Amino acid sequence: MSMAGLVILDCWVSPFCMRVKIALNEKGLQYEARPEDLFGGKSDLLLNSNPIYKKVPVFLHDGKPLCESSIIVAYIDETWSSPPLHPPCSYGRAQARFWADYIDKKVFDACGNIWRSKGEVPVEAKTEFIEILKQLEGALGDKEYFNGATFGFVDIVAIPLTSWFFAVEKIGGFSVAAECPKFSSWMKRCLQRESVAKVMPDPEKVYESVLMFRKMQGID
Amino acid sequence: MEGGVVLLDFWASMFGMRVRIALAEKEIKYEYSEQDLRNKSDLLLQMNPVHKKIPVLIHNGKPICESLVQVQYIDEVWNDQAPLLPADPYKRATARFWADFVDKKMYDSGSRIWKTKGEEQEAAKKEFIENLKLLEGELGDNLYFGGEGFGYVDVALVPFYCWFYAYEQCGNFSIEAECPKLIAWAKRCMQKESVAKSLADPEKVYEFLLQLKKAYGIE
Repeated sequence: MSMAGLVILDCWVSPFCMRVKIALNEKGLQYEARPEDLFGGKSDLLLNSNPIYKKVPVFLHDGKPLCESSIIVAYIDETWSSPPLHPPCSYGRAQARFWADYIDKKVFDACGNIWRSKGEVPVEAKTEFIEILKQLEGALGDKEYFNGATFGFVDIVAIPLTSWFFAVEKIGGFSVAAECPKFSSWMKRCLQRESVAKVMPDPEKVYESVLMFRKMQGID
Repeated sequence: MEGGVVLLDFWASMFGMRVRIALAEKEIKYEYSEQDLRNKSDLLLQMNPVHKKIPVLIHNGKPICESLVQVQYIDEVWNDQAPLLPADPYKRATARFWADFVDKKMYDSGSRIWKTKGEEQEAAKKEFIENLKLLEGELGDNLYFGGEGFGYVDVALVPFYCWFYAYEQCGNFSIEAECPKLIAWAKRCMQKESVAKSLADPEKVYEFLLQLKKAYGIE
């Protein structure tokens, strides 16, 4: 297999992989997405390219590996400058990095606290999840996107995680649209972008996968 | 000429030390404001409402939170001297990866050394050393993680050095015996004024840790 060009070691259901693909699409770049079998057997390329974490995504630029999705997205923005994904000023970039870090620290784990629950989902898990989204609504304010008038870095970091929300809503028995209408509107706005729509999986398929993960982990 | 810089900090915080080092490297004058973490000030809660934590960097009245975000901000705004992140995007991504590794791994595994006993503590020590060995691998034969020059990953990691004595005392082990290359790197960094004046005294850190253990009810 050729090591030239842009390759992503991928998994269709991983929101972290989706971030990288959306960024590449925004930049109008051609790339090859190579699916990894995360449960059957990770490829030698993956294990050699990401020896520390052995996780997807790995982004290979002419054979040189990069790991950690937010770091990969920043690399893509710094290497291919148009259109810019980060705000132009240093303070704006610091705010963007802060919110990307918040999303990374909080959202996926909060989803996990709901979909990994055995039996009744604890009220605290649902409350915490909604509080996190409300915090993000505060950061969004009256802007079209987290990045401002244009779609950017924080939007790319956040939107893929929402592909797991349908599963979380079904299992948790609540509605993101009802609890956080502003966040829900932002989600719909992002999903209208071709760069996002062609990467985001069908939420029903994600839900099926989550149910399978629950069985695998002995929860169901 | 840049505007006023204030740092809300706590003397023993490794995260605060990162920012102190970056400010010193750039020779930025700033006001250091020691915070009482058991009784958080209105200013701290106002400037970091999301996490309510130190360090908080305030520049021209506007807050920046999260130590690695602050270090990158300092590097970008005061870009006339002592560059911390490399210019090349691939090297920058690599530096960010290793600083992120320090963030994900060092604080947790270090904390578990002083918070636990017996088998749990042995496991924590083992993990801590394994993480340091991975960092030694990344350092290779370089003087600094930044290569020839002191840089971003050095800033991210070196503050933990002043906590090593406390971890060693609590865990009854020698970090230098396991990771001599890393200790040699740390001592090299300590020869830099920006590092030496930013890190806390290891003995004082250990005394503080003993107080923390009492407060947590850990023997």
